[in-house]
This record gives sequence, structure tokens and C-alpha cells, in this order.
Amino acid sequence: MIHLRLKRLPSVPLEAEVLTPDVLRDLGHREICGLTVYHGKRQLRLDEFFEIEGEKSEHLHLEGDMHKLRWVGRSMTSGSIRITGNIGMHLGSQMRGGVIEVDGDAGDWLGAEMRSGTIRVHGSAGGQVGAAYRGSPTGMRNGFIHVGGQAGMEVGMRMRRGTIVVGGSVRDFAGLQMKGGTIVLLGGGEIRSGAWMTRGTIISLEPLQLMPTFRSAGILDSPFLAVLARFLAVYGIELPSCASLGHYLRYTGDAAAGGQGELLLWHVSASAS
Amino acid sequence: MLRIKGGRVYDPANGIDGQIKDICIRDGRIVESVESATEIDATGMIVFPGGVDVHTHVAGGAINFARAMTPEDHRRAQAFVRSQSRRSGLGGFAPTTFATGYLYAGMGWTTVNEAAVPVLSARHTHEELSDVPIVDKSCLVLMANNEIVLDLLEEGEYEQAKNVVAWYINAAKAYGVKAVNAGGVAAWKWGHDAKQLSSSIAGYHKLTPADIISQLARIVDELGLPHPLHLHCNNLGAPGNVKTTLETMQLLEGRRAHIAHMQYHAYGGDDWHSMRSESVQLADYFNSHPNLTTDAGAVLFGDTVTITADGPWQYLLYKLTGRKWGNLDVENETGCGIVPYTYKPSNLVNAVQWAVGLELLLLIDDPWRVYLTTDHPNGACFWRYPEIIRLLMSADFRQECMRSLPARIKGRIELPELNREYSLGEIAIISSAGPARALGLTNKGSLGIGCDGDVVIYNRSDDVAQMFGHPRYVIKGGEIIIDDGEIRGAPQGREFLVQPSFDPQTEEYLRPRFEDCYTMSFENYPVEMHRIEQPEIHQCRQNA
Repeated sequence: MIHLRLKRLPSVPLEAEVLTPDVLRDLGHREICGLTVYHGKRQLRLDEFFEIEGEKSEHLHLEGDMHKLRWVGRSMTSGSIRITGNIGMHLGSQMRGGVIEVDGDAGDWLGAEMRSGTIRVHGSAGGQVGAAYRGSPTGMRNGFIHVGGQAGMEVGMRMRRGTIVVGGSVRDFAGLQMKGGTIVLLGGGEIRSGAWMTRGTIISLEPLQLMPTFRSAGILDSPFLAVLARFLAVYGIELPSCASLGHYLRYTGDAAAGGQGELLLWHVSASAS
Repeated sequence: MLRIKGGRVYDPANGIDGQIKDICIRDGRIVESVESATEIDATGMIVFPGGVDVHTHVAGGAINFARAMTPEDHRRAQAFVRSQSRRSGLGGFAPTTFATGYLYAGMGWTTVNEAAVPVLSARHTHEELSDVPIVDKSCLVLMANNEIVLDLLEEGEYEQAKNVVAWYINAAKAYGVKAVNAGGVAAWKWGHDAKQLSSSIAGYHKLTPADIISQLARIVDELGLPHPLHLHCNNLGAPGNVKTTLETMQLLEGRRAHIAHMQYHAYGGDDWHSMRSESVQLADYFNSHPNLTTDAGAVLFGDTVTITADGPWQYLLYKLTGRKWGNLDVENETGCGIVPYTYKPSNLVNAVQWAVGLELLLLIDDPWRVYLTTDHPNGACFWRYPEIIRLLMSADFRQECMRSLPARIKGRIELPELNREYSLGEIAIISSAGPARALGLTNKGSLGIGCDGDVVIYNRSDDVAQMFGHPRYVIKGGEIIIDDGEIRGAPQGREFLVQPSFDPQTEEYLRPRFEDCYTMSFENYPVEMHRIEQPEIHQCRQNA
């Protein structure tokens, strides 16, 4: 385990894409201390900002108020990063494997364009969780992101595969232009969820304001929900799938973009409530 | 002063094909001999005249729109970090202005011709061209969808049309005239295209694409421009378009013309499923008509961004791919479309396109009439030219590449039957001497006495792509620009332009028409000469 404790609050964003298990795995203490981070346009040593203990490990523990720390875990392929405190934008961006866990809030672009691996944020996240970067055709391609609290705009924008679960509510445009994968909104979302989606599934346990380009397609009758619920139960996430409690109303859309995606809205049975 | 000693020289313009010869440069020009000069020992190396790109898109509204539309490419593109000798920039699909100069020069190209400039964005184009360092530049002004010109042709006012075209060339500070999808872009503004050369164009009663093409070619000839009409034929990219291309070439019999990016105009079949190569038919016709020149517009597999004034085609491409689409309307002059695109070997249509570009280069007998281009960035980015050179120089390598094509390609392409391999001398023709001649740039593409001191020196290597991609030295105007991959200097290049004469009344004819329908004032329309960095005015052989 390599332990990094923030000792000086950056005054402008601190870009620290070196903080990945892939970079630190084989480095000794001295080499780690001398790694370059970008404080705005200035190149500084990592130990100007962190007290560092440990070496040669693919398990990192970051501690402190790091809401200005960006690009942690970028393109990581294995190992783990544990973060105690808030963390800034682009955490786990383009990640290919391993585990990131945050006891705090994360910024925008959490797990953007990730290909595999697991990210769990116990607090809230910003916008563009698992999204495609601007201009890029494809967002998250696989993996699992769980945000315990709320999330911002464009969650899962252009995602192709993988699963995103948000415990609190999300803002506008969840699943914008999504091409596949699953977004689970335990706390519902604001407007235009699923806009321009061509495939994929958005599940909401709270009522959503539907766009006029989504068509009612009856009640979902598929073992898919039970399988998904079992997968999520491993992470302690409870997804109702028992018919005696209620059912999922299915809507297909976005008809403005081919309309092969689906929105599943949980509807509590009258008898159950 | 510079002496390049002992290199193996390929200078086809002067009939030199691999002789050991010294090249001397004084005051930026090639001279017989120099005394006490800086010496480059080129023993065992290969010496070429600097490359000339006859058809590329590197400056102006369209490429700039493409840059803005493809941020996803910027983060993976080659980065140029600012240093003493160079400015910062990015490579990629649509390199930034400074990077464009560095990349062209880094590959040994010293002259580029920006092939599509609307008069209305000529000022923007020249501002960008002056930020493209090292290389010399010229540009062609778009005429075949200019509504004032089209109105005159419709009314049969040929002489006035000629005056107006000459005025436009002067106003745009252009070097020649480009025609893109004659009448098709004007028709696009009515939601149509111009697919038949002999049918009247939407918005006009009797004017046809054939009229526009043949009259523009005549105007360019009569104005005596050094470069013939530069023509992007109608029906670009469409299966079966070889018919249109042949008809177009027949229209041009007895006139000079340059057929741009012929690869995109050489398809048979009725639809995307039956599309096939018709390069044999096209090359046969072309071989027997010495009034024509062409450039390949070759395709390489990979990501790029397509940009063209051919608005209706780009809309179709957007519908086919579902990718991003940008559309520009250039008031009364032309249109423009931008669509990012990925050429895949597994895609039958792309595989045919890849083969057709190479087939044309191999089937056209006379290397002096077919030039190396990719219609940058449409078929591939210009910095991938060395990959095409490798394909042309090795039939074995082509066979190897063909193995990744889909099995259904069989019978649709001619490439497996072609064993021709380009020699170094022929590569020097298609990449330098030929395009320089087609552009009428007598001081380019040649190492003859008095020509510009633009020289590339390669380390001889069996890895052709590596050799052409990384010249040992690049010399521009007698100055060593690239030394072993390092940019040593980035001097400002010149801009070539022509000033054909016209009736002085033309401006008064244009003014009311312009003020009637344009959004800017007439006084701001022509580009002032002082905005051109280092202009060099070339003479017209005016005989009318």
C-alpha cells in the first residue's frame, strides 16, 4: 500500500495522471516523490503536495480534500485506488481495469470512456459520469460505476456497454445518445432522460418525465431484471424485481433516433402499497 | 551558399534519373557552382526536388470548421511544443496552420496548392496561409456554383462571365479556378443535386452542368491561366459515376483540364452492394487524351475527416454513416460539408476505394499526368503520403495488404492483376516534377539552373515508408529547414497568384448585384494585396 496524504491545497487544478497503480507499481519511494504533477501550467514534484509513505505497490490510498486533483487513475489497468475525501474531475478516465473507491464526492467526467473495471463513489458525482468526451463517438465501453449520492448532467452520455448505478437523483439528459449498456437511476432524474438514445436500457425507480418520442410498450416481462438485481446485490444495491411488489413499465425510444432503446419505470403494485 | 555533394539525384524535369551529381544553391536558387559554400555530404543518399501538392485542403473556412468539429482527434494527435524555432500546434486529421507547414516540410514537400476557396472566405484563407510556414502556397477560387457567374452563363453572356471570373480571381488573390460539382451545390440550396450533365440545374431554366464545365474551361484557357481548370466532377463518390466522369472528359476535348481526385470518380455498379472499380475504363480514356492531367485522391485505411464544397454529397455521407455533420452555406458562391469518416478494410466500399486510388496511379501510363494526392484530408491525411509511395513501389506489399480485404472484393477490383512497381524517378515525377508542371510553376519540381533551391535528401533505405517519411535533410530556398528530424528554421513561404485582366466596367456590373444579395459591403469583399505575405505574381498567357 502506498499512502499519499495531501499536505498543501492546490490553488488551481492539479493534474496528476501519474497517480495510477500502473505508474507507481514498480517505483521506489524516492522516484514516487519526484514524479511530475502540473499545478496549472507549472510542473512540480508530487511531494510538494503529498506526504508519501510506502513504495512498489499497486494499491494506493489518497487522503485529504482533493477536489482540485484531476485525472487520478487515468487509463489504469489493474490494482486499486482508495480515496478518503473529495476528488476532482476525470477520476478513472479511460480506465481499463482495477478498482477505485471514494469515501467522498467525485467531480465531473467520472469514469469517462472507461473500458473495464469498477468505480464506487459513496458520495455524489458531477456530470458526464461514464460519458464520451466532447466530439468522441463512444463513452463507457464496459465496467461498473456506482455513485451512492447524486450525479449531474449527461450521465452515461454515448455509453455503449457496462452499468452505471446512481443512488440519488441525476440531472438532465441521463443516457444522452446512449448506444447500449444499462443506467439504473435509484433516485430518478430530471428532464430529457434517454434523449437521442439508439439502444440500451435506463431503469428508474422513481417516475420520470418522459419525452414525447418515447412510446409505451406495456409491462416488462423478462428475466433480465432478476439477473441484474442479483448482480447488483453483490454490491449491496437493492433493485426490486419481485412481481408481488410491482412491475416495470416499458417505454421504447428515442423515436427521433431509431428508437431501439428502452426506459423501464418501476411501478409499485396497488396491493403492495 | 550550399553544395550538396555526391548524392544520387532524381531530377526528372531535367532527365536526370539517379546520376551522382552535385547540387549547388546560391541566393535561394540552383546554380551551376558555388565557391566556399556550406557542404552537405550526400554520398549514398538520394536527392529529390521538393515535393509539390497539387490538391490539398489546408486553410480556410472548411478545414477550420473540420478542426473545430473533431476535438476527439486533438488529444491523440501529434503535438508540436513551442520552441525557439517553432510555434505550437497539433497534427492529426486537420493539422493547425503552423503544424501543417512543419508536417509538409518534415516530409519534404515545399509547395502546396489549397484547392477550394470561395471568394467570400478568401481573406480567411490567406490569413491562415500566411501562418503556414516554410512551404510556398497557392490557392484556387471556386466558380462553378457562383450564382452571378451562373446567371451570366444562363443568359449566354459569355464575355461578361469571363470578365467576372477574372475579377473574382483578382479579388480572391487566387492562382487558378476550381469547379466543384458544377451546378450541384447551387441546386443543393433548393434541396437537389446535379447528377446529369445535360439536365438543367434547379433554379435555372436551361443552364446545365455541361455548360458550366465547358465554358469555365474555355474561360480559364482564354485568360491564359498557368493552371488549367481544376475540376471536381459531378457525382463524386457515387456507384456508377464513371459514366459522368467519362462524359465530363469528353466535354473537355480540345481544352486543358485537371481532373481532381479521380479515385472518387471511377466507380461502376448500380448501388453500394454492386459497387466496383472502373479504373481500367477511365485510365484507357485518360491515357489517350493528353489534354488532361489528374491526381489520385487515394484512400488509406483509418480515421479521417472529409471536407468538401460538395454539400449534397456530404449530406448523403452523413446519412450513410450517422456520424457528425457540419454544413456551411457560403452565400451565393458555394456550400461546404464536413463529416468525420473511418475507412475500414472490412468495408467493401472502402476496400474498392483503396484499390481504385492505387489502380489509377498504376494504370495511367504517363506519370507526368497523374499526381500523388489523397485529397487531404478526405482520402487520408497528407502526412501519410509515404505509405502510398511504399504501396506503389512494392507489388508484394500490395498483395500482402490485399489479404485483409473482404473475400467479396474478388472481381470488383483490378489491383491483384497489376504488377507495375514505381521507380524512384517515377516517384519524383508524381510527387514533384509532374504537379509543378501542371501548376505551371516552372521554378518548382526541378533542380535545373535557376530553379528554386527546394531539395530533399533521403537516407537510402529498403523501408520505403520510413525513408520518405523521415528525410535526412529538407532544404527550402537554399536554407536547411529539417536536419535529421529537427526543425532548424521556419521561414515564411511565398504565395503565388495571377492577375488576369478584365474590362474595368466589371466592378460596376458586380456592385449592385453584390449589394443586392450579400451580407457584407462590396468594399470589404476583395482581399487587399497587403494581406498576402510575400506575394509572387505569375503571368497569364492572355491572348483574347
